[in-house]
Amino acid sequence: MPFEAVIGLEVHAQLSTRSKIFCSCSAAFGAPPNENTCPVCTGMPGVLPVLNRKAVEFTIRTALATSCTVQRRSVFARKNYFYPDLPKAYQISQYELPIALGGHIDIDAGNGTKRIGITRIHMEEDAGKLVHEGEFSGAQASLADLNRCSVPLMEIVSEPDMTTPEEGGAYLRRLRDILVYLGVCDGNMEEGSFRCDANVSVRPSGVKEFGTKVELKNMNSFRNVEKALEYEIRRQSEALEDGGQVVQETRLWDANEGRTVSMRRKEEAHDYRYFPDPDLLPLIIDEAWIEELRKTIPELPAEKIARLERQYGISRYDAALLASDRALADFFEASAAVFGGNPKTTANECIHWKDAVLARKLSPETIAHAVEDRERGTVSATASKKLVELVLSTGKPFRTLRDEQGLTQVSDASALDAVVEKVLAASPKEVESYRAGKAGLLSFFVGQVMKESRGKANPRVVQEVLKKKLG
Amino acid sequence: MANGSAHTWTLLEAARKVREKEISSQELTRALLDRIDALEPKVHAHITILREAAIAQAGERDRELAKGIERGPLHGVPVGLKDIFCTRGVRTTCGSRILHNFDPPYDACVTEKILASGAVLLGKHNMDEFAMGSSTETSFFGPTRNPWDLARIPGGSSGGTAAAVAAAMCFAGVGTDTGGSIRQPASLCGVVGMKPTYGRVSRYGMIAFASSLDQAGPIARTVSDAAALLGVIAGHDRRDSTSLDLPVPDYLAAVRRPVRGLRVGLPKEYYEGGGLSPEVREAVEKALKALTDQGAVAVDVSLPHTEYALATYYLIAPAEASSNLARYDGVRYGHRAEGAAGLIEMMSKTRAEGFGDEVKRRVMIGTYALSAGYYEAYYGKAQKVRTLIRRDFTKAFEAADVLLTPTAPTPAFRLGEKTGDPLTMYLSDIYTIPCNLAGIPGISVPCGLSATGLPIGAQLLSNHFREETLFTAAGAIERALPPPRTAPLEG
Repeated sequence: MPFEAVIGLEVHAQLSTRSKIFCSCSAAFGAPPNENTCPVCTGMPGVLPVLNRKAVEFTIRTALATSCTVQRRSVFARKNYFYPDLPKAYQISQYELPIALGGHIDIDAGNGTKRIGITRIHMEEDAGKLVHEGEFSGAQASLADLNRCSVPLMEIVSEPDMTTPEEGGAYLRRLRDILVYLGVCDGNMEEGSFRCDANVSVRPSGVKEFGTKVELKNMNSFRNVEKALEYEIRRQSEALEDGGQVVQETRLWDANEGRTVSMRRKEEAHDYRYFPDPDLLPLIIDEAWIEELRKTIPELPAEKIARLERQYGISRYDAALLASDRALADFFEASAAVFGGNPKTTANECIHWKDAVLARKLSPETIAHAVEDRERGTVSATASKKLVELVLSTGKPFRTLRDEQGLTQVSDASALDAVVEKVLAASPKEVESYRAGKAGLLSFFVGQVMKESRGKANPRVVQEVLKKKLG
Repeated sequence: MANGSAHTWTLLEAARKVREKEISSQELTRALLDRIDALEPKVHAHITILREAAIAQAGERDRELAKGIERGPLHGVPVGLKDIFCTRGVRTTCGSRILHNFDPPYDACVTEKILASGAVLLGKHNMDEFAMGSSTETSFFGPTRNPWDLARIPGGSSGGTAAAVAAAMCFAGVGTDTGGSIRQPASLCGVVGMKPTYGRVSRYGMIAFASSLDQAGPIARTVSDAAALLGVIAGHDRRDSTSLDLPVPDYLAAVRRPVRGLRVGLPKEYYEGGGLSPEVREAVEKALKALTDQGAVAVDVSLPHTEYALATYYLIAPAEASSNLARYDGVRYGHRAEGAAGLIEMMSKTRAEGFGDEVKRRVMIGTYALSAGYYEAYYGKAQKVRTLIRRDFTKAFEAADVLLTPTAPTPAFRLGEKTGDPLTMYLSDIYTIPCNLAGIPGISVPCGLSATGLPIGAQLLSNHFREETLFTAAGAIERALPPPRTAPLEG
């Protein structure tokens, strides 16, 4: 019996604000333990939270970029549970009345685009981190690092609109790209600033009702999310096929073993005793504020891909690769503005040199000159690549290096005549064979001419001259 | 001894005498420390007495004054704080074992403002544990006694502050009021206690009991002293999101305003119940007469949802408390149980040892009221009733400028009299609780003594931000029915 999967994703994105969500401590990653703390974020008696305006603005911008409706009134609630990394013993989060509802993003799926619904976006604070002395199982003590306490997060919950691991991966990548474009999150999954939990169930194809869902946690890369979904869909399908059942539970992805393991059953789930936080007033957002923030939304990945494709005539695939990073796409456009003669080659070069481009080691002019010189036949593909490498190692301009190194390509047919003559004279047997019909030998002659010219000859011109001379 | 009666001065008199150099701050401080030495063993109003620190602080105020520096209206005057306000480097216990060793690294906003006014901090006052109680008997540090009768309780939870002020161990103090914790002990100790509008005084650094109800306010021996002290501690604070960004009026100026034409509402529900002692009723009637004699007009009003206030309060306050008190887990500060085998055991033992019975009772009630499946029936319903109670007041204040009621149903009761029956204890706050639910200001002012010589207070309530009206009406009652300056207690 064929099964179909139903996947919904919950993303926790850390907002790149300078300070924490309810106090003025730095929200930066990597400080010595407990350095970025104060009485407020360590839950001392009597302290009170004050909401960070920037964090609200970042979330509103995310809501606008994902076509959500920003709620005029939202409410912070307390989620109560005991844990040593949670100093107040409650997390301030939004529960019944979140800041944004009902949006969507479009992803590339198989043949065309697919629209994935966004159920809600809400704001909350992060918890701290426990460091165990020695091995986890035999730890003598656990230490709490509260630097991360109260770092602002937004949780973005999707509708269960995805049916394959690939769609899940595409949604996450697109969402990450949107957040990075907005500058509201650095999108780093390994450092935990972009985290994903998945809800997945399976049902026989054609059936309308959802199957029993399982929540997956502990996936710290896009690839791991896809692998975990794949594993879990197979596990659930096999269980049903064998006449068994799927149990509602939370499972952890074990990346080393490549499987999911049960963490807790539904009946073990916490009662968080949510209630509105009396220390914070309802968050009221007026239309003027929303409109002001709407003006700050940049061109987003989907629009950019479509425009690059249309405006430069490049493939959708290349456009998507360029748009995967806003800086790369900007670089491409800057380069194409210097030389617009062959955008496809410019795109290929940008993608090829992506790491150097993103490390800001190359200027748009370098790529523009490289493409232009190749287009004009002034340098060969091989020489072009070598020259860009030299730009990277020496920092000198592309064309200065080209002239210094004498890597200009010879494309003048008459200038190549003598070399061609010399090669043909040196290989009478091959000339005979070629003329007898062994056309494959042409590449042999081209190779000989290139060797004789020490790579400076334009292979296309060489071919033409050879064909003419060989009759 | 020249300063033999210094402790009987009012806060404003003491401030004037220091300002005019009739007495130095250090002399004044020593006089009160002498008074504390004589009376503290009987009354036990303090958890921490700041002897050396207070004398040093007073010396500093004196040197400033010599240089012409006057910090503020309370320059050089010794005052006290309920031990619920964080004081940097000075142990702040909230009356609980779980914080018996807690030295805050920061000052509460109220502490900052008190110090900025030039006042000298003399001590941290005893209180019911986490402000949960009406008698100061739930304190981990033992009960405080009523200076008017040492066999009786001073009221609570700000019982230490009310007793210290009544026994003239300080010129005034700041307490907190979640369901009557300033007004009820003020009434039982024969002093003035004011709970301002919710948000008038910053809650920053004031240890939370029930966040949507807690409010700090002055306890003093005269209405003018209370008005002056509220002027010092009130004001906007950006560290408290529920703090009001409104200018602070001259409360002192309001005390002497005439009450002619003031509409005094008498909510009938407050006079109907069987629990009201005839003596208290009689005293409050005298207060009414004092007002009408000066030209105020009595009007009958109704607050129909009053009977639900106690039940509403005992769902909302414990619910918030169960969450507010969850942070005391032994991980970062305060008491930590010895010898626990693991994390959960450490937290459980710490809380079992660190909290007293009343706190545990309320944490359990609150946890239950917020639980899945019960939330709507309890907490959700209580919030709805709270709205109805608030509307009752809005409507009543269309007909009246102030409401006059008893503060407490009876004068001070005996130690141990109600500790075995929490419900009876809860009923001592029946007249004060609705005010907190509505967020409006209220004041208790002395209006007479019982046959056995115990103080009785009258409560005045007004609409949001109308503290001035309360001071005006309370001032008129005080002028007509002047109470004894201090409790009849000598060392």
